[in-house]
Amino acid sequence: MSFGEFLLQNLQQFWHLTGFYNATWQHFVMLAVGLFFIWLAIKKDFEPMLLVPIGFGILIGNIPFNTEAGLEIGIYEEGSVLNILYNGVSAGWYPPLIFLGIGAMTDFSALIANPKLMLIGAAAQFGIFGAYMVALLLGFEPDQAGAIAIIGGADGPTAIFLSSKLAPNLMGAIAVSAYSYMALVPVIQPPLMRLFTTKKERLIKMKPARAVSQNEKIIFPIIGLLLTCFVVPSGIPLLGMLFFGNLLRECGVTTRLAKTASNALTDIVTILLGMTVGASTQASQFLTAETIGIFALGFMAFIIASSSGVLFVKLFNLFLPKAKKINPLIGNAGVSAVPMSARISNNLGLEYDPSNYLLMHAMGPNVSGVIGSAVAAGVLLGFLA
Amino acid sequence: MKKKLSTLLLVMVACCASLSAQTRDFLRINEIMVQNDNSVVDDYGCRSAWVELFNSSFAPLEISSVYITNNKGVLDIKDAQARKAMMYAVPLGDVNTEMPKRQHVIFWADGQPTRGTFHTNFTLTPGEDNWIGIFDASAMNVIDSITVPASLAANTTYARAIDGKDNDENPALTWQVRDNLTPASYITPSSNNIITDSNSKVETFKTQDENGFAMTVMAMCIVFSALLLLCICFYIISKIGERVSKRNKAKSQGTNLGNMPRDEHPDHDSGEEIAAIVMALHEHLDTHDRENTVLTINKVKRAYSPWSSKIYSMRELPKR
Repeated sequence: MSFGEFLLQNLQQFWHLTGFYNATWQHFVMLAVGLFFIWLAIKKDFEPMLLVPIGFGILIGNIPFNTEAGLEIGIYEEGSVLNILYNGVSAGWYPPLIFLGIGAMTDFSALIANPKLMLIGAAAQFGIFGAYMVALLLGFEPDQAGAIAIIGGADGPTAIFLSSKLAPNLMGAIAVSAYSYMALVPVIQPPLMRLFTTKKERLIKMKPARAVSQNEKIIFPIIGLLLTCFVVPSGIPLLGMLFFGNLLRECGVTTRLAKTASNALTDIVTILLGMTVGASTQASQFLTAETIGIFALGFMAFIIASSSGVLFVKLFNLFLPKAKKINPLIGNAGVSAVPMSARISNNLGLEYDPSNYLLMHAMGPNVSGVIGSAVAAGVLLGFLA
Repeated sequence: MKKKLSTLLLVMVACCASLSAQTRDFLRINEIMVQNDNSVVDDYGCRSAWVELFNSSFAPLEISSVYITNNKGVLDIKDAQARKAMMYAVPLGDVNTEMPKRQHVIFWADGQPTRGTFHTNFTLTPGEDNWIGIFDASAMNVIDSITVPASLAANTTYARAIDGKDNDENPALTWQVRDNLTPASYITPSSNNIITDSNSKVETFKTQDENGFAMTVMAMCIVFSALLLLCICFYIISKIGERVSKRNKAKSQGTNLGNMPRDEHPDHDSGEEIAAIVMALHEHLDTHDRENTVLTINKVKRAYSPWSSKIYSMRELPKR
């Protein structure tokens, strides 16, 4: 073999390894999706903490390469760096760590002060099971339907956790769908809230929440864990970490741990989770008719969840004395997009009465939505895994 | 010191509890062949009777120091050492004695323990009832036992219908004879007695709950009941808390609870009212947020110092 031939042969081999040689139109579609996510996050400020890692992860995961070359670089190739990082998603241990951080960040005072708001969080979970029924109608298997329906809980980590157990092949689409709709909460929810409420209802002023003692705040995570996990033991990974994080925050003697859990740890896991979920959405697995179905079902689940929260408050008000009526604008917050949906309740309340601050009231159903969606995930896992 | 000791004690108790939780209780006798003429061969190429054990838990299980025997007489012996001497002990130090979750292991009942960890010191006798028992490391507690009927034909096995499970409703159906004639009666050494290619729970929901209505009703009931329980619990706790704080207040004022004046707070304060009160307090008390460290930026005039002078910086080429 002459030197020229040798060079040519090796260059040809190298050319076969490049992204240009291996690219298909599907790769470019996915790269465009990734760029769109990054644009949404940076220019439109839609959930940048999530969409930037996911968007960039989509870019990483969809750079074409020769999968038969044995380079061990793909996210699904055992032993590759991305595969090792992806283990947190596939084995489902990133979501409980995120829940630890959520627990350490969340102040449950609003819920403790007014425990009946917990029921709104429960009602909003109807979105999950409404979507489950529709998914079955569309021909999905029960376990796939359960994994898709959890998008209605508006809780990204829960959606990833459940789909990793019930339908790992759909996890990428489910995760991207869940986070996309969470980012679109300000767009999706207000029209529904206006649709289902009268002007009179929107003006309801709620009694300010009572002050909650430190002891109550400490007891809450302990009782919360014991009660919810005795009912749904399959929710232990999520609920256990959520309440553990909250106890770190409230007990007053583990401030350093609570700070780490709510800041550094959550940030690290969010980066890894977002990036690997994004990278797992490879064109061959993502650009399918099923993905379109998942996005449609997720959207529907979100609408049902938000609407059922609002409608439940209206129903609940029928049984409450006039002085204790609840403003139905906080019903949307039953989905667990914390604190975005509570902020929307507040903004809409202020729109109709500039002196009606609903934020603290809405935080009650909002955090109970987190508990509710974790319980719902546990139920689905228990029934279908 | 006392505090540290009690913490240490608590940790030790917790560790002991977790150790005791990892017992061998999940080990099950799963399938037995007494006369092996045409079934599996061992690592020496020999056919002999075998006993399949199954780890019925969803966690790995270490089975070293477990005792296996076909001698029912050991049950009458009260001395642990004497019992141990009569049984086959699964030796320590073999990596293969850690059974993965829901997996099987075969012990060859060939009376040749020198051939390795999985060769027992006893044999099984065709045409007789064969009692087989497994004991924990103390040799005093039976983990599982079964009597294989004398009627078991050659090259057939006596196996659990479902791996590791007892049929509580009809115990007679827990065990069955397998003869390899139909898929339902396959002899399955080192693999599941029931070979499935789908999740039975999912299949059940698929056939029994086609539209998902039952799942929705059940799941919503569970979610509601979990949160309702929490709601009721905290309602009670808050009432107790209120009562305790009122009683403490009454105590501090030297009166009893009944004589306390009613709380005359208005039903609610508007955000504007609260903001106005805060502003008034702010003006009155002249309070403002104070940082731990106050940074003050003042222009300071100092005599010339060369330490930060640009002319000495490394951007300048060194001059010789």
